[in-house]
Amino acid sequence: MKSDIILSGVGGQGILSIAAIIGLAAIENNLYLKQAEVHGMSQRGGDVQSHLRLSSQPVHSDLIPYGKADLIISVEPMESLRHLPWLSASGWLVTNSTPFVNIDDYPPVEDILSQIRKVGNHKIVDADVIARQIGSARSGNMVILGAASPYLDLPWESLEIAVVKLFSKKSPEIAELNVKALRAGRNASNN
Amino acid sequence: MQKQLLLGDEAIALGAIDSGLSGMYAYPGTPSTEIMEYIQSSEEAAVRGIHHDWSANEKTAMEAALGMSYTGKRAMVAMKHVGLNVAADPFINSSVTGINGGLVVVSADDPSMHSSQNEQDSRFYGKFAFVPVFEPSNQQEAYDMVSDAFDLSEKFRIPVLLRITTRLAHSRSAVERRPAVPQKSFQLPSDPRQFVLLPAIARKKYHTLLAIYESIKYDNRLSKHNVFKDGKNRRLGVIACGIAYNYLMENFPDKGPGFPVLKITTYPFPKDIISDLTSRCEEILVLEEGSPIIEEGLRGILDNSLSVYGRLDGAIPREGELNPSIVAKALGIKSEPLYEVPDVVRTRPPSFCRGCGHIDTFLAVIDALKPSGSLGVFSDIGCYTMAALPPYSIINSCVDMGASVTMAVGAADGGLKPSVAVIGDSTFTHSGMTGLLDAVMKNSPVTIIISDNSATAMTGGQKSHATGRLEKICEGLGVEPEHIRTIVPLKKNHAENVLVMQEEFEYQGVSVIISSRECIQTASKRKKAEASQNLSNEQE
Repeated sequence: MKSDIILSGVGGQGILSIAAIIGLAAIENNLYLKQAEVHGMSQRGGDVQSHLRLSSQPVHSDLIPYGKADLIISVEPMESLRHLPWLSASGWLVTNSTPFVNIDDYPPVEDILSQIRKVGNHKIVDADVIARQIGSARSGNMVILGAASPYLDLPWESLEIAVVKLFSKKSPEIAELNVKALRAGRNASNN
Repeated sequence: MQKQLLLGDEAIALGAIDSGLSGMYAYPGTPSTEIMEYIQSSEEAAVRGIHHDWSANEKTAMEAALGMSYTGKRAMVAMKHVGLNVAADPFINSSVTGINGGLVVVSADDPSMHSSQNEQDSRFYGKFAFVPVFEPSNQQEAYDMVSDAFDLSEKFRIPVLLRITTRLAHSRSAVERRPAVPQKSFQLPSDPRQFVLLPAIARKKYHTLLAIYESIKYDNRLSKHNVFKDGKNRRLGVIACGIAYNYLMENFPDKGPGFPVLKITTYPFPKDIISDLTSRCEEILVLEEGSPIIEEGLRGILDNSLSVYGRLDGAIPREGELNPSIVAKALGIKSEPLYEVPDVVRTRPPSFCRGCGHIDTFLAVIDALKPSGSLGVFSDIGCYTMAALPPYSIINSCVDMGASVTMAVGAADGGLKPSVAVIGDSTFTHSGMTGLLDAVMKNSPVTIIISDNSATAMTGGQKSHATGRLEKICEGLGVEPEHIRTIVPLKKNHAENVLVMQEEFEYQGVSVIISSRECIQTASKRKKAEASQNLSNEQE
């Protein structure tokens, strides 16, 4: 088994939580793992990405080579396109459709979505709307993880367990909301 | 023991705890910050009583670590690569004094300058100071090498440099621990003159150091980390240093490369390991993350002995971080057609947080400068450097920690009016205070604006040495009390703040304006912590 994943978004949107959950689930399934993160200046509203590599064999590089990613998971539509050269021809792109606009020249969303639709395998969900519907506006990142879960080579139960594990530190209520968001994302993706 | 998922930085910190560390010293700097932060949040470090306070700058951190070593105990000091420039004086001389308790210096380089002003390669410093260097290729090696580094340091009684780069510092992988060893006991140096670098003593010690550097390369703690693996295809041989080894191996997932590979992760090394490779291969490719140090050595000044490829001939780009795809190209491995980034994608540079006090400070600076027709101010290193970007575009310098103050002094000498510096509070106590003293001594017509957010914000909101002390520091350095002004950078105070700035720009002497409002990130963290504290108090 090998799963190379690019996580992308804007600093502060919670991609490191997605990475942490996939990481916990991977450890639970005795997989090898490397996960390169972005810290520092870019976290202040700049574009951020994380390379996450899971495998049943030891992983060499912390970075995914171009054209080898199996999956791009993006919490922001324009950011989902920034890392396209990493995506393999058979890879999936799963992204949120709600833009995060903090620059003056942000392009029209429809232009972005039409580019996303050109990617062979893509899945677009409105994570912000779904998160608000379940009463947890800040859990958009978990909605996207749920939407990407069918393309992740990990048992669904281990993802739920990992979400509970990560968010229980904050409170059982927050953990429950995030599991709900994860499930809602998965349903949206399967429909 | 169970494996733990750790950043490279965290693996180093845990390696130090398990190696009997007694004191950790550092100034925050991406990508090294998480080493100290791991120790600060570690319960085991607390139980062991490991000292773990931030220092004012990298030089004071290095010296404090040397002091801990003086008492016979193990010390680690961590910094980003440019921090080693600040600490260069004690670092280089500490190899001449030698150490007592083991001393490991961690320098985290930032190739491609993700969060830095340059991409200098700290391995140069090892050679410069005659200090052995470890360059781990992964998180487990980072953990394991710390133990070897401390042992080596104590055996040869010199400091040891551990060089990492951003990618390892900020990448997570599983790390297996070994049982921890106890801390060293208090034991002063047997030679009371060891740390006295008077010329007569220094000459002897330097002579000894050169001999140590020559013999240390044969020590197993260094040499076991340089691994040669032969291959049948002798057309090419590859030397891969540190993390570059991973990028090489990534290209051969199934059977391995098939050609001889020398993995180098420690310096210095005996020349035999190189000649073993060069004698059996027609061509040599050198992969180094950072500068072409080994490659230059192989080529020599005349560059006519071997067929060597690497960064100097363009096989690998001369600058920037490596990755598996760059290495694949150098090896002639064809790439499949890739998706391209569509034109619709715009750059998204980092920006000030909404509500940040720096914004209001700079908006006031912009308006205050207007009547003079000034093109901008000198500035420094921190979140506020983003004022170089639109819509502010008001700072004209960001060179090194503290340079805004002293560049303003020099520019005032050259006739610039008004000569203004904007510096953060933590940057000011790091390296701005001495420059301010220069200004005071010559009564330079400068205005120093300290944009005080009471935190070392860009690296994650660490405690700032300046908090609550700025006015007294400036007064103590000799700035006239009536020219130390304090303002609160808020929209509602804008007109008043502009006026204060203009008054001080007019003044033909040293003035300081402390523009003070807490970082909104640290403020929100603090409020959350206080709320949960109140909640638990109520529950009790």
